[in-house]
Amino acid sequence: MNKQNNFRKQVKSIYSVLVVCFVMVILIGVLGIAYMMDPSAFSFKGDAPSSEIIGTTSEDDDWDKIENGIHLRTGFKDGEGLMAVVNNCTNCHSAQLVIQNRMNEERWVETIRWMQKTQNLWDLGDNEKVIINYLVTNYPPMSKGRREALTNIQWYPLKEE
Amino acid sequence: MEIVFGSNIPENYTLLGLQDPDPFQLFNKDKEMVVLNSKPWNMEAVAHLLDDRITPNKYMFIRNNGLVPENINEKEWTITFDGESVKEKKSFTLEELKSKFSHHTYQLTVECGGNGRSEFDPPAKGNQWTIGAVGCASWTGVRLKDVLKEVGIKDDAVYIGYHAADQHLSRDPQKEPISRGVPMSKALQDETLLAFKMNGEDIPLVHGYPLRLVCGGWPASTSGKWVNRISIRNIVHDGEKMMGTSYRVPCHPVAPGEEVKDEDMCILESMPVKSLITYPKSGAIISKGKKLNIRGHAWAGELEISKVSYSIDFGATWSDCTLEKPANRLAWQHFKASIGFPKTGYYEVWARATDTHGVSQPMLLPGWNPKGYLNNACHRIAVKVS
Repeated sequence: MNKQNNFRKQVKSIYSVLVVCFVMVILIGVLGIAYMMDPSAFSFKGDAPSSEIIGTTSEDDDWDKIENGIHLRTGFKDGEGLMAVVNNCTNCHSAQLVIQNRMNEERWVETIRWMQKTQNLWDLGDNEKVIINYLVTNYPPMSKGRREALTNIQWYPLKEE
Repeated sequence: MEIVFGSNIPENYTLLGLQDPDPFQLFNKDKEMVVLNSKPWNMEAVAHLLDDRITPNKYMFIRNNGLVPENINEKEWTITFDGESVKEKKSFTLEELKSKFSHHTYQLTVECGGNGRSEFDPPAKGNQWTIGAVGCASWTGVRLKDVLKEVGIKDDAVYIGYHAADQHLSRDPQKEPISRGVPMSKALQDETLLAFKMNGEDIPLVHGYPLRLVCGGWPASTSGKWVNRISIRNIVHDGEKMMGTSYRVPCHPVAPGEEVKDEDMCILESMPVKSLITYPKSGAIISKGKKLNIRGHAWAGELEISKVSYSIDFGATWSDCTLEKPANRLAWQHFKASIGFPKTGYYEVWARATDTHGVSQPMLLPGWNPKGYLNNACHRIAVKVS
């Protein structure tokens, strides 16, 4: 009798532990989904900063911030199609490689084809038109002629060595 | 975001999570170097930084096609020789390489094929190098020809192709970022090294630690970094960036912007004649009656420089500079001149080198090519006499 009672107790306690675990898993799952849908709901907006806490700017707060027409994170010019370019053209190489270059539509297309053929770039689908339009609008070729004038000269008095 | 225990942070401490990788610190580069691209890393010098006779690491340009390898273990590093034209596949550890073969040190000019690309019109695709993708460091290693002799190569060998430990930008392990090479004639030159030292120290990671192939005077892309395999080919090596338009120029001159078929493109070999004024920095103001002392370097791929001239009247008249002999074959040569100016005003000092075949640098851009290689137009600095 006693043994049977003990056994029952053990089974009950295991059962309750399992129930608690199960509820926890569900709860974490629900909270996780809720967080994915609206992360802001989880920030503690009302809290006054205590002496133990100091504020700083986080990269997350202004991840896609645009200042003076420039997308700060990448350096791209703000314009129609910006995010399609950020999302498709900065996975393998930096934005600087795009920004340095000046091409017309035909040569941007050629460059995309080359990347697709040899560099593992994916099919851009409907975004291709958007991306090319962004590139030719914001980074068109500029005529330089056969030799440019010297520019950005920083004048300084030369002290002979 | 809030930092718990923020009040404990020491003054001037930057939180790890907020640190951007600082390429100058990462690669021990001078702050005046210019970053063209952070992925892959590409960085160039400005003219006055290249004033040293032997380029120190802090001013050496960085050109990468892929991702710099991580976790290199020098003790376990091996280099394998294979390919159609090798008698038998053979590997050496780095230690074996160092102990089996005699060591040689040369100053070797290494210049990116695309140095000067930014000046082409219509613009050429790629990193927009200005003038700073060149350097002449002192390289120490074993001669590739000594190693190839030990390995044993067949008579039908035409080309070598290197393979290396860097990773493709897409992180696809099946892809090589770059695998180029040189014809046997270049591979067998005394100065073609499998180098393990740059300027007397271990080669810096970003420049190819622990082992780099160095082919002075040829496009820097032939000087493979992090080399772990060399294939001896019975055909022209067909590795990554050997084909298509990569490191190739039209076999016949074309009009600016003209489309060129792949089969009409020829591989870059010896780099053309070129020079740089490394002192003073552009923008110098001197007083009337004072002489301006200029100096710099000149190089011509496989050839030597026979003359360097300067002009202060936009190329109407030229005067000779004093020119030194190279420290060894394929090293850049130093020149200097003392210049007087006739009256106050704005001047440009232009430098123009001539190689031993009598070929000089053009004053305007040389022949346009689709990828913007080989711009050797003469270098210019601005000077005011007041």
